Amino acid sequence: MENSGTVELTSSFSHYAARVAPESLPKPTDTGAELAPHGTTIVAAAFTNGVVMAGDRRATMGNIIAQRDIEKVFTADEYTIIGIAGVAGIAIELVRLFQVELQHYEKVEGLPLSLDGKANRLGALVRSNLSQAMAGLAVIPMLAGWDLQRQQGRIFSYDATGGRYEETGFHAIGSGAAFARGSLKKTHRPELGEEEAIAAAIRSLYDAADDDSATGGPDLARKIFPVVMSASHQGVRQLTSDQVAAITTRVLEML
Amino acid sequence: MSLPFYVAPEQQMKDRAEFARKGISRGRSVVVLRYRDGIAFVAENPSHTLHKVSEIYDRIGFAAVGRYNEFENLRIAGIQYADLRGYSYDRRDVTGRGLANQYAQQLGAAFSSGIDKPFEVELSVAELGQTADQDQIFRIGFDGTIFDEPGFTVIGGAAETLHAAIGKSFAADADLGDAVKLASAGFSDGVALEVAVLDRTRTQVRTFRRVGTVELNQLLGNH
Repeated sequence: MENSGTVELTSSFSHYAARVAPESLPKPTDTGAELAPHGTTIVAAAFTNGVVMAGDRRATMGNIIAQRDIEKVFTADEYTIIGIAGVAGIAIELVRLFQVELQHYEKVEGLPLSLDGKANRLGALVRSNLSQAMAGLAVIPMLAGWDLQRQQGRIFSYDATGGRYEETGFHAIGSGAAFARGSLKKTHRPELGEEEAIAAAIRSLYDAADDDSATGGPDLARKIFPVVMSASHQGVRQLTSDQVAAITTRVLEML
Repeated sequence: MSLPFYVAPEQQMKDRAEFARKGISRGRSVVVLRYRDGIAFVAENPSHTLHKVSEIYDRIGFAAVGRYNEFENLRIAGIQYADLRGYSYDRRDVTGRGLANQYAQQLGAAFSSGIDKPFEVELSVAELGQTADQDQIFRIGFDGTIFDEPGFTVIGGAAETLHAAIGKSFAADADLGDAVKLASAGFSDGVALEVAVLDRTRTQVRTFRRVGTVELNQLLGNH
């Protein structure tokens, strides 16, 4: 805490932390890309009154499966979901920073950021990781959320330089993204309901896992299923493992 | 160069205390009290936007009286302290006691320094425990003195009178309506209330919640 009567009036937590405690923030390193586990495929799909995001559970390190039950989709705040692909350690740190960033702004200002404001802030955080991205430690997030002003679900994708792009309908990031997108192209329609959109997302992860070795398919033996979250006017909810298992089973039966 | 007049330290402290006390006594009061499901903050506040009560962290709330610009700065400094601590360590490592100590240090340093003007504010920091007996309410005076209050505290102009009145019928297991009625009984009539709670029944991690006008009217029984 500052020792004088004045506080620098910033509503950004990352600016504040960079000034008073830079050691607490993720730091650029230029080696270790091959040592770090990578998280893989994340998909998002809009439905009539909301948006869903789902992520597989695999992390890889070269040709080794580093983790079978990693989680790469998180609630950013009450109305937004963030999914992240790339170097797992930096990705999870970026998510933590983004969560604090949103909450910090909300507490200081007394009201939450707009969805566009959140999307722009995330772009700036990704940009600050650019030097690491150049060294092979890239992380690419995807943001999905319910826009309280526009009353609709929206999806944003990013590139390593922090560029922010709004996607219509659906999007996928990570190593299996091309296959997942191909799948969603055939199954996704804007008039889908929530449960149909979830089924389409799970189906696309299954298709990605079919062709991409770094994406994990549903693991029925260990009961490991994708993480699925949905954002609507009621806020973000995460489906329980049992709910995802039920939808996954139905999707597999239809194959 | 002219030498400054010598002022005895006792006199200097007395003057500074009187200055701060005068500033605070003009302000309206805030009551922080325990109730059945948590801790309630009840403030006399004609403004709907310039808050006297605020969220600091998941289970920590803040209330202040005195000069708005000063306690607003302190409020933001508290949020920065809590968020940085929670981000560097873990969310559970942010405590009301730690925050109250930080405030006490800052207010105390300004009060006894010969250069800074003492703060004309009085603060309360409350932390919702996992169980009711772990609830903590702190009061921090303008000179950095810190008090650990057992069930309730009052800050602001009419603190002593209100404290005596509330002390007579305070019960930690009262429901929210009764707690708000008791806290606001001594307030001047017709001034809008600002009410917020740290609510133990909330399922979210963040337990701080503002009580809106509709709910407040229901609690007070005027429809």
